[in-house]
Amino acid sequence: MDFEVSEFQSELADGIRRLCEGRFPLESIRARESTAQVVDRDGWKELGEAGVFHLCLAEEAGGVGLGLAEAALVFEELGRSLVPGPLVASHLAAGLIDGADDGSVVVGLVERPATGTAGTGVVPVVVEHLADLDVLLVLADDGITRLDPASLDSSPLPRPMDPLTPVWSLPALPAGEPVAGPDVAAWWRRDGAVLTAALQVGMAQWACDLAVEYAKGRVQFGRPIGGFQAVKHLCADMAVRAEVARIAVQAAAVTVDQPDVGDADVAAAGAKLLADEAAVTNGRSSIQVHGGMGFTWEVPAHLAYKRARVLATTFGTDGSLAESLAESLADARAASAGH
Amino acid sequence: MDLRYSDAEQAFRSSLRAWLDLTLPGLPPKPSPDDWPGRRAYDTHWQRLLFDAGYAGVDWPVEGGGRGSSPVEELIFKEELERAHAPYVGVNFVGLLHAGPTVIAEGTPEQRARFLPAILRGDEVWCQGFSEPNAGSDLASMRTRAVRDGDDYVISGQKIWTSHAEVADYCELLVRTGSEDSRHRGISWLILPMDSPGVDIRPLHTIAGSTEFAELFLDEVRVPVANRVGEENDGWRVTMVTLSFERGTAFVGDLLEAVELLSTTVALAQRTGAWADPGVRRQAGHLKAELDALWALTKRNVSQAARTGIPGVGGTYFKLAYSETRHKLGEFSLSLLGRAGLAAHDLEGTDGLGVLPAGTMVEDWLRGISLTIAAGTSQIQRNIVGERILGLPKEPQVTAGGKS
Repeated sequence: MDFEVSEFQSELADGIRRLCEGRFPLESIRARESTAQVVDRDGWKELGEAGVFHLCLAEEAGGVGLGLAEAALVFEELGRSLVPGPLVASHLAAGLIDGADDGSVVVGLVERPATGTAGTGVVPVVVEHLADLDVLLVLADDGITRLDPASLDSSPLPRPMDPLTPVWSLPALPAGEPVAGPDVAAWWRRDGAVLTAALQVGMAQWACDLAVEYAKGRVQFGRPIGGFQAVKHLCADMAVRAEVARIAVQAAAVTVDQPDVGDADVAAAGAKLLADEAAVTNGRSSIQVHGGMGFTWEVPAHLAYKRARVLATTFGTDGSLAESLAESLADARAASAGH
Repeated sequence: MDLRYSDAEQAFRSSLRAWLDLTLPGLPPKPSPDDWPGRRAYDTHWQRLLFDAGYAGVDWPVEGGGRGSSPVEELIFKEELERAHAPYVGVNFVGLLHAGPTVIAEGTPEQRARFLPAILRGDEVWCQGFSEPNAGSDLASMRTRAVRDGDDYVISGQKIWTSHAEVADYCELLVRTGSEDSRHRGISWLILPMDSPGVDIRPLHTIAGSTEFAELFLDEVRVPVANRVGEENDGWRVTMVTLSFERGTAFVGDLLEAVELLSTTVALAQRTGAWADPGVRRQAGHLKAELDALWALTKRNVSQAARTGIPGVGGTYFKLAYSETRHKLGEFSLSLLGRAGLAAHDLEGTDGLGVLPAGTMVEDWLRGISLTIAAGTSQIQRNIVGERILGLPKEPQVTAGGKS
């Protein structure tokens, strides 16, 4: 047992971090705020060349043949740089939708809520990134279907909550063309949860780093505010939260790759739950550490907070994830009682 | 990142498991929590069994008489003992986890030969005299004084939180040998025989009703200079060296106990019908996510210690997160007990399905409260994360002489 990040894995993550810093600096991402299209097509192709989308695809299918553990490290870096766009959907679609693997085709995804889920029949379908998409996939328990984004009866929502996640509303989702069955849908839910959680961890860390830098430089009462325990402890809690969530995500990814070490679905649900919470809470705390400036559009702390809220609505919400974890506890009790 | 155990690690686990299966049924009945002589006899008997089987001091280096196991084997050792409900390290805690490792690292050959085998065999019990009523989080301000008189130190002062003092043979004692304001530069580490004249022990009752803590009053106690470990005034460093023995496994037993408590709590909720409440289920699910993450963090910390030989920052993260999770779990189980939680007694249920485990749950809840306080309060831990890991400015140091 050696649960340390290997040298190869850390080099892979460093490479993606450098790519993001060079290709997706915050200024260039922010230039696309509140526009209908936030995906930079050339940048997307560079992500494709770097393996972001086909990392886990088998080598004989043209992929890199790595595991979800490596993908999670890569997605943490994408999250840390706030790279916008349907990253998780395009990664999952590699091998299923032509062109997704090399970034030449941008694939989006929307989950069809199970009947009986709160909000169904009341809330219209809300889809992210529609104007950037070449293909929209619909993920449901019974399988995955494909829709042509251009053909949809959709209305743009002009004030998206996250300025880097433009959204459209649809009165309903058409049936679409089936492209995969329930087995694929099940592992997409699991791997999608892990990769989304990895993005959240990256943002949780970024929000923490942003707050710490500010707390070192901002002087009040003659001292940097980071010297005051009230602020220092907020920052310390952010660091702990990000680290615990990071470990949960990495353990879930490894459990997917090495199924004999545990229940991958349970690990994925736990990781998503903690990572959502870390990203949302750290986003909120980062704004707080910045004081009045944190409430301004100019300071980017709100971007992490808002994106965290967007991602927390995908691949399991706090309620559904906690419920599925509770179910695993009940199943374990039943199993031990049956012995 | 590999969570699979190697063949050698699995072999270590299965032979340990076989030994536990064979040995545990033969243990005498557990003594009552307040029967200290009985607890000493029980815990040291267990230690002797471990010694005879070659499992004493798994984590100690071979040159200290230990097994010299890797951190991963140490993790497996603690995991298997907890899963088999083997006895807790109990009164052997300070000797095995603190005093012994200190003597290994800093003691003279004579001190090692005299003290180490007795700890490993369970012949001698140690306690710890570090904190003082006025030196808690600020340990370096301790005032218990040791003055040289010929071949002896003459010691006067007061120590607190001295677990197992009533049944201990020796105390690892920090004393001030430097000037009053010398702080961490004027402290020495001594071995105090507990039967020395002038040692007075007064038990402290915890909020959990237990009595393992004591206050130690020292009135002109004479300790031979030969009992000093390390140089005079170098005791702070000696103490810190020992802390680096921690290899990420300190809370393995505790964490697995929490996992079991969550399972017991779920069973209780299912039995009372509270499990039908989504709020209850979600709290349980959330706690499961936290405990799983903390188990993974333990594996990360152990893996890191295996490579570097020293504890990383993960231990601080672990303690902060785990102590909070344990509080939540305690509150959760207590709320599910409802009015059955008004006494720390297992109550016979009226459903004919046996007892409701209020005894363990109430005690667990109360004991868990110490976790955010003991071994560095959560507030001190947050300072450590903020200052040493995040690089935030330090608190201004205010000493008796004013700001420094």
